[in-house]
Amino acid sequence: MKDKLTIKNLNFWYGDKQALKEINLHIREKQITALIGPSGCGKTTFLRCLNRMHDLYPGNRYEGEILLEGRNILEKGLDLIKLRGKIGMVFQKPTPFPMSIYENIAFGLKLMGIKSKGEISGRVEKALKDSALWDEIRDRLHGPALSLSGGQQQRLCIARAIAVEPEVILMDEPCSALDPVATAKIEDLMTGIKENYTVVIVTHNMQQAARVSEYTGFFMLGEVVEFDTTEKIFTAPANKLTEDYITGRFG
Amino acid sequence: MTREAYHKSMKGLEADLQQMAALVVDAIKGSIEALKTRDIEKSRHIVRNDMEINRKRFQIEEKCISLIATQQPMAVDLRILAAIINIITDLERIGDHAEGIAKISVSIGDEPLVKPLIDMPLMAEKAVSMLERCMKAFIERDVKTAREICNEDDEVDAYYDKIYNDLVLLMIDNPKLIKDATYLIWAAHNIERMADRVTNIAERVVYMVTGKMEEMNVSKY
Amino acid sequence: MNAHYIKRTLANYGALTVSALSAVFGIFFLFWILKDVLVLGFSAINFDFFTQLPAPAGMEGGGLANAIAGTFLITALATIIGVPAGIMAGTYLSEYGRKSRMASVVRFISDILVSAPSIVVGVFVYALLVKPFGGFSAIAGAVALAIIMLPVVIRTAEEMLKLVPDATREAALALGAPHWKVTVQVVYRGAVRGIVTGVMLAVARVSGETAPLLFTSFNNSFWNFSLTEPTATLTVTIFNYAMGPYEDWHQKAWAAALLITAIVLLVNIISRIIVRGKAG
Repeated sequence: MKDKLTIKNLNFWYGDKQALKEINLHIREKQITALIGPSGCGKTTFLRCLNRMHDLYPGNRYEGEILLEGRNILEKGLDLIKLRGKIGMVFQKPTPFPMSIYENIAFGLKLMGIKSKGEISGRVEKALKDSALWDEIRDRLHGPALSLSGGQQQRLCIARAIAVEPEVILMDEPCSALDPVATAKIEDLMTGIKENYTVVIVTHNMQQAARVSEYTGFFMLGEVVEFDTTEKIFTAPANKLTEDYITGRFG
Repeated sequence: MTREAYHKSMKGLEADLQQMAALVVDAIKGSIEALKTRDIEKSRHIVRNDMEINRKRFQIEEKCISLIATQQPMAVDLRILAAIINIITDLERIGDHAEGIAKISVSIGDEPLVKPLIDMPLMAEKAVSMLERCMKAFIERDVKTAREICNEDDEVDAYYDKIYNDLVLLMIDNPKLIKDATYLIWAAHNIERMADRVTNIAERVVYMVTGKMEEMNVSKY
Repeated sequence: MNAHYIKRTLANYGALTVSALSAVFGIFFLFWILKDVLVLGFSAINFDFFTQLPAPAGMEGGGLANAIAGTFLITALATIIGVPAGIMAGTYLSEYGRKSRMASVVRFISDILVSAPSIVVGVFVYALLVKPFGGFSAIAGAVALAIIMLPVVIRTAEEMLKLVPDATREAALALGAPHWKVTVQVVYRGAVRGIVTGVMLAVARVSGETAPLLFTSFNNSFWNFSLTEPTATLTVTIFNYAMGPYEDWHQKAWAAALLITAIVLLVNIISRIIVRGKAG
């Protein structure tokens, strides 16, 4: 299986505090990779390295390499706007923009430089269909996105992320604010978009990682303790720490 | 997020398993003892007691299923539960074999045995020892012992060959004894099956510890 | 029921009574003022009041049409000067400066400016615009009012922009949007109602100001539409007429007070309606 992202000796600092230590990982193309671990273990920090979100705040520092199909995205002078077009992100809490459902998705399309109204509406519709939201909201496409339920808002955010057709989608605990039914819908959606996208998901919910992912990485204290196929991690992990964490003996 | 109550239930389940194994061991010892001493009443008692073992088996299985349904066990816990569900099936069948020996004893009835039992109690003792050590290996997560036990099945098979040959010779000499001698062959065969089941249990112990499924010793029979 | 319980119950009633009385005490004066303004103001308001120029001193009749127009002119001008600058500064604080040194200095100064007496602002603009250019003017009045609006608009704009969650900004940035587009197209849209409300309240506040206008736009008994001439306003007119010796002036002052109160009330109500619409 081909690597979409290869992480080599990644270190990361928030100011003086080292948050990630010598991370080495392979994110496989068109597969779902789940990152689990106790709070503060660095899994979200790691995820936000992958689209350089840490650059928004001063004092953060990376070291090492993150190769996106061979090219190091930590290079100085890399066009972050282009990078983020290639690596989309869905956040823990739904983050609809304060505008209509349609405009939410059109926002990203316009950023890509698409001007044709016809093309925009076509792609808005496709994104909403791909994210299984179309049937629920087709009548209020121009209504405010903030009036949607939490689960619908999160699916809108996924639709917004996939509308610009990135290569990788990062998801930071996308279901932690949702009820089980909405969670199930998002999980279905993830399995559905896997055909076309490489997905990396951070989750606190181990069952969720077990359900949706092909690969799982276990993080602790800023390090990758174990990375393997999800089946291996959840039936017979090689590392005692992983075992203890996923069986609830600590954490 | 440490899960005290859940891990307590897991420990409780392992204790239940040991209890069930103890019932089965009693049944094996009792059935051979009753066969040897021609204690028909004791044999009948063992046949009735098999119900107890079956009940215990269902009780443990239900607990396993309920833990799977409510606690989503993962990794080693999942393997323990999978192992237990398999082991109780084997234990229950071993119990049935003991019951089978007790039924043979009842069928022989007031007739004296065609020959005094010498090898068969030794064979049963070997099977019991294998089972007891196997259950100990389960508690101690002892893969090495579990693997060794599998090889010991050959000794039980050797006993069976010897008993079978002795009884066949006996029958050739005196065809009148064919009926009762056949009963004893069946009894020996039951013990031989018990040991096979013990190797299954040993395989589960190895899986539970290592996560690998492996066939350890293919029985001759 | 024990003694301890009774004691607590009594203490509860005691505190309730004291706080209720205090509230009544405050509201009592507010209603007294409103009653006087309404009763005395209404009796003096007529059609001429809105359409005629002031009568010569001592004569009956006439109106305050020029002062009404002047108030609207100066307030509008102050809004045009103060609001964009205030919003831009608020945007700087919330979107760019954030925790930087420069931002905290701006925030500190703007907080001081809020509590600066408005008459000081009047004197400042007098020294800045009136003295050097040789005369009172509408523009000087508008600048004074704009300076008073500025800190209010800056802080409301900043607060309202801050209410837009960082996650929303990050989501837009994660789509590959440049910072300025995130601010203009996403953050502003989330904060627009709040900012408009803040602006309305700032407008309401300055439309009742007198002191800074005394030194800047001064007064005028005639129509004036030149921004560089002295211009009449309702508040300054109230000040002059109330101090004057004529009964007719006093009545006109009451009417002007009523009008100003009505305008401030209206602006407040409108901004409340905008806030309420926020949910939608």
